[in-house]
Amino acid sequence: MRPNPLRDPRDRRIPRLAGPCVLVLFGVTGDLASKKLLPAIYDLANRGLLPPGFSLVGFARREWADADFAQITHDSVKAHARTPFREEVWQQLREGIRFVQGDFCDDGAFDSLARTVAELDAERGTGGNYAFYLSIPPDAFPVVIEQLKRSGLSSPPEPEPEPGGDGQRSWRRVVIEKPFGHDLASARELNSMLAAVFPPHAVFRIDHYLGKETVQNLLAMRFSNTLFEPIWNRGYVDHVQITMAEDIGIGGRAGYYDGIGAARDVIQNHLLQLLALTAMEEPLSFAAESLRTEKEKVLAAVQIPADLATGSARGQYASGWQGGIEVPGYLEEEGIPPHSMTDTYAAIRLTIDNRRWAGVPFYLRAGKRLPTRMTEIAVIFQRAPHLPFDATQTKELGQNALVIRVQPDEGVTLRFGSKVPGSAMEVRDVNMDFAYGESFTESSPEAYERLILDVLIGDPPLFPRQEEVELSWRILDPVEAFWAGHDKPEQYPAGTAGPVSADEMLARDGRVWRRL
Amino acid sequence: MLTDMTDTTTADIRAALARTRDQMGGPATGVVLNLIIMTDESGQHDAVRAASQAGREHPCRVLAVIARESRGPSRLDAEIRSGEGTPGQTVLLRLYGPMSEHADSVVMPLLVPDTPVVTWWHGLIPAVPSAQPLGVLAQRRVTDTARARAPAEALAALSAGYRPGDTDLSWTRATPWRSLLAATADQLTDPILGGVVGAEEHNPTADLLTVWLTGRLRVPFSREVSEGPGITEVRLTAAGGDVTISRPDGRVATLSRPGQPDRHVALHRRDIADLLAEELRRLDPDEVYGESLAAVAGIPAVAE
Repeated sequence: MRPNPLRDPRDRRIPRLAGPCVLVLFGVTGDLASKKLLPAIYDLANRGLLPPGFSLVGFARREWADADFAQITHDSVKAHARTPFREEVWQQLREGIRFVQGDFCDDGAFDSLARTVAELDAERGTGGNYAFYLSIPPDAFPVVIEQLKRSGLSSPPEPEPEPGGDGQRSWRRVVIEKPFGHDLASARELNSMLAAVFPPHAVFRIDHYLGKETVQNLLAMRFSNTLFEPIWNRGYVDHVQITMAEDIGIGGRAGYYDGIGAARDVIQNHLLQLLALTAMEEPLSFAAESLRTEKEKVLAAVQIPADLATGSARGQYASGWQGGIEVPGYLEEEGIPPHSMTDTYAAIRLTIDNRRWAGVPFYLRAGKRLPTRMTEIAVIFQRAPHLPFDATQTKELGQNALVIRVQPDEGVTLRFGSKVPGSAMEVRDVNMDFAYGESFTESSPEAYERLILDVLIGDPPLFPRQEEVELSWRILDPVEAFWAGHDKPEQYPAGTAGPVSADEMLARDGRVWRRL
Repeated sequence: MLTDMTDTTTADIRAALARTRDQMGGPATGVVLNLIIMTDESGQHDAVRAASQAGREHPCRVLAVIARESRGPSRLDAEIRSGEGTPGQTVLLRLYGPMSEHADSVVMPLLVPDTPVVTWWHGLIPAVPSAQPLGVLAQRRVTDTARARAPAEALAALSAGYRPGDTDLSWTRATPWRSLLAATADQLTDPILGGVVGAEEHNPTADLLTVWLTGRLRVPFSREVSEGPGITEVRLTAAGGDVTISRPDGRVATLSRPGQPDRHVALHRRDIADLLAEELRRLDPDEVYGESLAAVAGIPAVAE
């Protein structure tokens, strides 16, 4: 394609903008759509990042007309959008909103969807470019994918050399949310089903953690500074703790959650991705290919503990008090079988077999009904090899730590020892704090804004590829198999920091978890 | 929190800033830049309000320099604002007497160390911003020719005195148009043969947009006078027919291409706070602005 003379790499005021397209959203009645996706689409429009003519098609079983769906979108934008509501932006978005009613098994509904997008191409010039966002339960994927194929929506027509036509081939993309299977075999099955219809570069797997500014900042921090990289290795790092704690229970997700559990729900995707970004080598560039190469390398080097009995822990929350409220235990939640073996807390000790990380444990933990909601990566450094102070003077000196807070309160904390003011020499831990919220609050886009824009532009660096998904399952599958062959998960009272066995797992290594 | 200080010194202001910071639990810790505003009593309210709105995106220490009557003895009055829903701190400095000629001596001690400086002239535009005492220490020097009595002359004067790091809000106003034009050009396969920029008279943004299009596309673009508001239309002439973006109401634009349906896109005129926020996003020289500014006056770009 001829380069566009109006684009100049030095001209950084001009943002990346998607070309004309239609976003088809399956599962518009879901929570994710109303709280995140629809507001993110409005925010993109408000920031001027959506192309003229951009259209949004909702697909669901509800008996809605276009206007009903527009009203739902309007309400969710008003309630959840990050940027101020502007009538003219909304009107522009409103013009492109359509709704198609139907069941996933209903051929007629998909034919009507095909007609709707074709009409949009004619009315609004969306050029045959469609992104299909499957915000639906994974068991519905096969039928929807099959329908997209049957109705011809999944593959773009060959470009026609018509006069006035762009001569550019239009694109079709599919966006799926986690879970990408529940083990290696099912992940492969899902992939082969997708691959039969969409080529690999047209499949966008959303892990919304990767759209978060802090996570991208992790790359900036590691690779744009001289300060951290020299000590980012086994010579200085004692261990790494990656935590995702939730204060909520399973809420209304019993049907999805039971049988999946914390490890499959969170560790397999979010936490292993965070581990990969923390531990990987410097990529050649920030192009998708280079980033994925490094992530895959480091994931392939991850080893699970030889003895899973001492190197992993799992728990299930029992009734208790969480944040001043009495809450039921997991087994008492509605829709959960009384003998469920599902883990609501999982912790695992991983090592990475390469020169940089040999012998440095990475402790991953994820759980529900813990005291707070918090996701962080804590790199804990070794103690200074020699302290020219008396033992009493450094009693309160801990280990240096660099903590990347992913959510909430995004930012970076550096913990180091400092002299306590006074006539005696006494060293105590202090924190140096960089808060994203303080330095860049209002402009910080939501993860979904970034990811939806990347899908529409066709920019893949922030989306995990099938290889990464498979490598993650390779790590987790033996752990899950071990757990399945053993006793029930250990109970921990809701509102506490997880099961005793997780604390013991670190205590055996002479370490402790960071307080939640 | 508000602290009023009459007939004070920079040392006392510094002490007061440190004190408010402690009392507020450290609101200045996240400050990413110093923003100096050169303004007068009539403009300070709007300028400071815009700065504190932009400060939500870029927490800064705002130092608003308000020159008062130059007759009489030197005197410095200060007003410190902290908290109030915005990060960072704002200090209004009122300079009386001979001191008003030496604003830099008042501002320098009050800058947050190790943090970039941006100077914004909200009002009178100096001919050579970088030669001003408060322009010398700034990474970015922001002017606004749209507020000048004769914008075209003001642009020409800035062009003659341009140094990398200068920027003008009339250029910032062109960004949404430029993005939309770039996105439109992404979709075009026919070469563009020329075009027209329609805008109200005396619109420096339209002038800059015209020379930018001419310079980038290397085809002639002309200016057309309309009723406004602001820029109302950009027309690209191509072999397959004209492509137009028209925005008669200053809010919603219509993109028309031959053989394709019209498309609407929100293209509202932004307020000063938005412009300032965009301006503060990058602190390195804007070379594309430098080239466009040079072309406005028909002189070659300043070599670095």
